[in-house]
Amino acid sequence: MYVPDTQFECDNERTALMTNQVNAPRKAAGRPAAAKSAKARAAAPTKRAARTKAAKRTPTEVAALTKVYREMLLIRRFEERAARSYTQALIGGYCHLNLGEEAAVVGLLSALERTDYLFTNYREHGYAISRGIDPNRVMAELYGRIDGVSKGWGGSMHMFDITHRLLGGYGIVGGQIPLATGAALAIDYRGGSEVVMCTMGDGTTNIGAFHESLNIAALWNLPIVYVIINNRLGMGTTVEKSSAEPELFRRGAAYRIESARVDGLDPLAVAEASARAVAVARAGRPYLLEVVSERLRGHSVVDPAKYRSEAEVLQLREHDPVVTFGAQLVREGVIDADAMAAIEHEVTARIDEAAAFAEASPTPDVATLFDYNYATPVANDSRRLPGQPLFEPAPLPDPGEDQ
Amino acid sequence: MTTMTFRQALQETLRAEMLRDENVLLLGEEIGVFEGSYKITAGLLAEFGEKRVRDTPIAEEGFTGAAIGAAMLGLRPVVEIMTINFSLLALDQIVNHAAKIYGMFGGQAKVPIVIRTPGGGGQQLGATHSQNIELYYAFVPGLKVVAPSTPADAKSLLIAAIRDDDPVLFLENLALYNTKGDVPDDDTPAEIGRAAVTRTGRDLTLIGYSRMAHVAAQVADQLAASDGLDIEVIDLRSLRPLDRPTIIESVKKTHAAVVVEDDWLTYGIGAEVAATISDGAFDYLDAPVRRVAMAEVPLPYSKSLETAALPSVDDVINAVHQTLDAVGRRHQKVGHD
Ligand SMILES: Cc1ncc(C[n+]2csc(CCOP(=O)(O)OP(=O)(O)O)c2C)c(N)n1
Ligand SMILES: [Mg+2]
Repeated sequence: MYVPDTQFECDNERTALMTNQVNAPRKAAGRPAAAKSAKARAAAPTKRAARTKAAKRTPTEVAALTKVYREMLLIRRFEERAARSYTQALIGGYCHLNLGEEAAVVGLLSALERTDYLFTNYREHGYAISRGIDPNRVMAELYGRIDGVSKGWGGSMHMFDITHRLLGGYGIVGGQIPLATGAALAIDYRGGSEVVMCTMGDGTTNIGAFHESLNIAALWNLPIVYVIINNRLGMGTTVEKSSAEPELFRRGAAYRIESARVDGLDPLAVAEASARAVAVARAGRPYLLEVVSERLRGHSVVDPAKYRSEAEVLQLREHDPVVTFGAQLVREGVIDADAMAAIEHEVTARIDEAAAFAEASPTPDVATLFDYNYATPVANDSRRLPGQPLFEPAPLPDPGEDQ
Repeated sequence: MTTMTFRQALQETLRAEMLRDENVLLLGEEIGVFEGSYKITAGLLAEFGEKRVRDTPIAEEGFTGAAIGAAMLGLRPVVEIMTINFSLLALDQIVNHAAKIYGMFGGQAKVPIVIRTPGGGGQQLGATHSQNIELYYAFVPGLKVVAPSTPADAKSLLIAAIRDDDPVLFLENLALYNTKGDVPDDDTPAEIGRAAVTRTGRDLTLIGYSRMAHVAAQVADQLAASDGLDIEVIDLRSLRPLDRPTIIESVKKTHAAVVVEDDWLTYGIGAEVAATISDGAFDYLDAPVRRVAMAEVPLPYSKSLETAALPSVDDVINAVHQTLDAVGRRHQKVGHD
């Protein structure tokens, strides 16, 4: 009998990378060896350096670190603008922000190749931007305009961009998990070398689809990284209150899936953990990565989060990944104050441009309402507007007709 | 033409489509080693191997969702859900995901998946295993729902469903698997969204689908012999889209309609058909549209109760008689007072 070699050395602090190693004697999945992402190559080796000796950093490393910071700031300013536009009623529906998760988002996606696939949930503006989608089009989607990534059909929760292989944006908690697993199945079926990354919240690990999917991915050796963004809350419910195993990464053990927990305030630590996870997936095995993060504001823009204590809210200030990472880069001499100000200026202008673009983009024409009824046109498809009858009023029967 | 059972028609069509297109794969519980709970996939694991005939864990939401995700990347999965009752565990993936993905993302991803699943009461399987809940899926824009009643339609509609780029729920029926019929040898797909007028007539339109299309045909034959009635029979074949024009054209000719359905009456498919007739042929009707449907109970196990709860041939005959009697039309026809 095979016993997985699992090591649990974990408490609930965010400090170290904690792993649940599964040395499974798996059958070779016949997948090509891991191809490391260029982004990950650039970021990963700089990680230790960034914390020790600034002097030893090459211009390439400095550029890579600056890029990470800029991307985090871009998400931060984008989300702040989204919140503002929402309160100005320029954005409708629900609007969940990645504020506090910038390091997690940027670190995670740094390990993906352009050909890899990403599935995420409704808290996904930052992922869309970090994936390389034009912020103009992300903002236009929030505004419900035709230039939006989903052409105004999806909104905040349903961003999709086939060219950047962001395959949604899903508003149903856990809905993306079986789909992402199936995308990994399709890759495996065709013998491809891409991987799928599927992110979700902490609360989502309690839904059946999570467990069914992890089981299937492990049984079939699928190339997928499941990522839990543990921001400690599902709406107002804490992890401890909702999850019988609050060390969420350990849930991988039930399916003999290798897993780890990483500090989600440190983009470089996340990048390194993500690169490791992606490498495992590329070699044909699923991986579960828990990223301990923060949600700096309410569940969505309209939530005042009154359920959080004052002390907790105060503590959040110290757990702001954008501020923390920026300060670290200045402290270590990677970026000076002038460069920081220049980035701030450039990013702010970029977001202003996105908002202006979104506002100028036309709203979808009502004549396009039925354009996406079906991919394969079908007989007797309904194109009736609410006020229209099913049939135009019929002429009266001919009184001479056979009765 | 070859004479074969409904089961054979399905099995041979699956096999032919797998040979034709490498992207077609099968997923479901017990479809491989066990060869399918109803043996529709017999022999396919042996021929195509585990990669293309995948036994799944008992996880309807998980494997149906995985098939949907695989379809987003261009595979053409055919999922078997053991019976339609168990599809409720996959409802979120079918309704909130398969049906939404194409439109909600502005046409950027297609979901060419087929979900095959049998319904059917009358097998003494009790309340949880006897439901006909295709209505739940027919309600949802973005899905297509087809319900063949003959081996020939089983073949041509399954071909159409597999080659279609949208999610198709393909309804089978436990009681039909062993029925026989002539099946064309060519692989011409049927047109989804079209009903079939399987018998033409002038006195009344009898409408059904799946097993009830057979009951309707049987009633029409019987009433032709006993009463000289000339009944038109429509086999809906497609529940979404519903072929409303065919229904309306028929009722404009016959001036009376009875709908026969294997599900509960309230909010059922028959209600939709009746409303369609009211909207499109109200002035042509000589009598209210009559629905013959199940009693509104969870279907009991005991044979006496089960039989009483399900629509029978006699129930349909009575409904036809009452509909025509209400306006004196049967009397004219049969010629007795
Ligand atoms: C199936 C389902 N149930 C409930 C909801 C409502 N809901 C939306 S987000 C959410 C909390 C999810 O928490 P978590 O997984 O931790 O993600 P987070 O919002 O913290 O990113 C809930 C209950 C939903 N959208 N879908
Ligand atoms: Mg959460």
